[in-house]
Amino acid sequence: MAKLTPPLPRPLRPKPKPPSEDGNGPTTPKEKVAEAGIGLVDWVDERTALSGGARWLMFRKIPKGTNWFYTLGSATLIAFLSQTVTGVFLAMYYDPSPTRAYDSVRHLTNDVFLGELVRGMHKWGSTVMVILVFLHMARTFFWGAYKYPRELNWVIGVVLLILTLFMSFTGYLLPFDQRSYWATIVGVAINGTGPLIGPYLNDFLRAGPEFGATTLARFYALHMLVLPGALIAMIGAHLYLVARQGTTAPPWMKADAKPELRQEAT
Amino acid sequence: MSVDLSPVPDDRKPKKQVTTAERQIPGAFEGETVTRRRFMTGTVHTAGAIAAAAFTLPALGFAMGPVFERRPERWEAVGEVGDFPDDTYVPRTMTAVPGIGDVGKTTVYIRRYNAEIDSQPPDEFGQFIAISTRCMHLGCPVRFVEASARFICPCHGGVYDFEGKRTGGPPVRPLDRFYTRVRNGLLEVGPRFSVNSELKRFSPRDPGMPLDGIGQYLYPARQTERKLPGT
Repeated sequence: MAKLTPPLPRPLRPKPKPPSEDGNGPTTPKEKVAEAGIGLVDWVDERTALSGGARWLMFRKIPKGTNWFYTLGSATLIAFLSQTVTGVFLAMYYDPSPTRAYDSVRHLTNDVFLGELVRGMHKWGSTVMVILVFLHMARTFFWGAYKYPRELNWVIGVVLLILTLFMSFTGYLLPFDQRSYWATIVGVAINGTGPLIGPYLNDFLRAGPEFGATTLARFYALHMLVLPGALIAMIGAHLYLVARQGTTAPPWMKADAKPELRQEAT
Repeated sequence: MSVDLSPVPDDRKPKKQVTTAERQIPGAFEGETVTRRRFMTGTVHTAGAIAAAAFTLPALGFAMGPVFERRPERWEAVGEVGDFPDDTYVPRTMTAVPGIGDVGKTTVYIRRYNAEIDSQPPDEFGQFIAISTRCMHLGCPVRFVEASARFICPCHGGVYDFEGKRTGGPPVRPLDRFYTRVRNGLLEVGPRFSVNSELKRFSPRDPGMPLDGIGQYLYPARQTERKLPGT
């Protein structure tokens, strides 16, 4: 038999109870907050599918024998992040002009609240980062972790080492005191001893035949835009390969005797 | 039975171009060989390359510009002619790069030409000897030590004699010099030039670049700074 009455208009229909009142949903405020958080994450994840990538990156299998030496890479990354954050805020007070650079550094060190701390972190952090990069490289070398299939990641790491040293070189000039000025004169002269292209590279670095009006601005732009951009891109590639290939076991670890345990889990 | 006498085997012969009509592609034009899909792909790639080059090349040229820009010649009066003896050096401060305050200043050691000491005969720019303090090892500032009549570098122990020729340490050539001239009784110091171990003039080079032997070819003169023509 067909329907005798037309359906009620939508606004007049009885509303279904929300999940919170049907006895199964969250009841306490704490549960409601948790539910809202999960809902938000679900909303984003449904549209981006980020959780798969996050799981792929975070929940990796690591070999037996993993120890504290494996944290040197993360430590380097943390040093880089510290340099990034402190550097961004130092840039708010720094003035890359040859006549005012030294005074602006003195001002941000002596007068600005916590300036000494932030500048100190950036200054000492740069040294720490170089040391950590070398320790990380030594770990990779002595563990033999550069071997197949990780050769490309070693090459990327060497590029990162060179970029880090370029960062140190360009950053050293920025306080613009006697030491940084003469150290840069010497550094540029060393760079120029490369035959044939050395003289032209020097002119490029200094923006002219002598240390001139725009040399400092050029070093500043390299230090805070060009080199960090390259570093971030290369760190991304480095981390992608680490997550994709996994880490190696320390060289003293023996393979498990049982063949079924040696099988690669997929 | 025919025998193939051609030296090129059949599969090595250039293939006849296949038209889209022969490939049964719908809507093909007469004699068309490039498919529209391939043409579209090529067009998009070319457009992308042109767009990328349109901002990359000017930006690169902008950054590289100073490498090709000639620095104007400057002359600066540093004192009266009578201020400078011929048996010792007098230090004077001059501006190497204008517009950046103290950073652009440099010290020059100046004396009159002395026929008993100087091995090179003087020309119009050599009546006074003006020696740059830039050490030719890596660019630290040298100072003239009166007692030993030598220029000494504090960084890595470079030593130069009274003429500015290297006598010890790591420097690769004698100290650079500046052109000098006299105008209205005032001594003027001009552009810098480099010298080899025979004190022959060369266009200015940076520290660490030798000028003897093949040095002048390994470290060519740059566009930005040249010695005065005819010297």
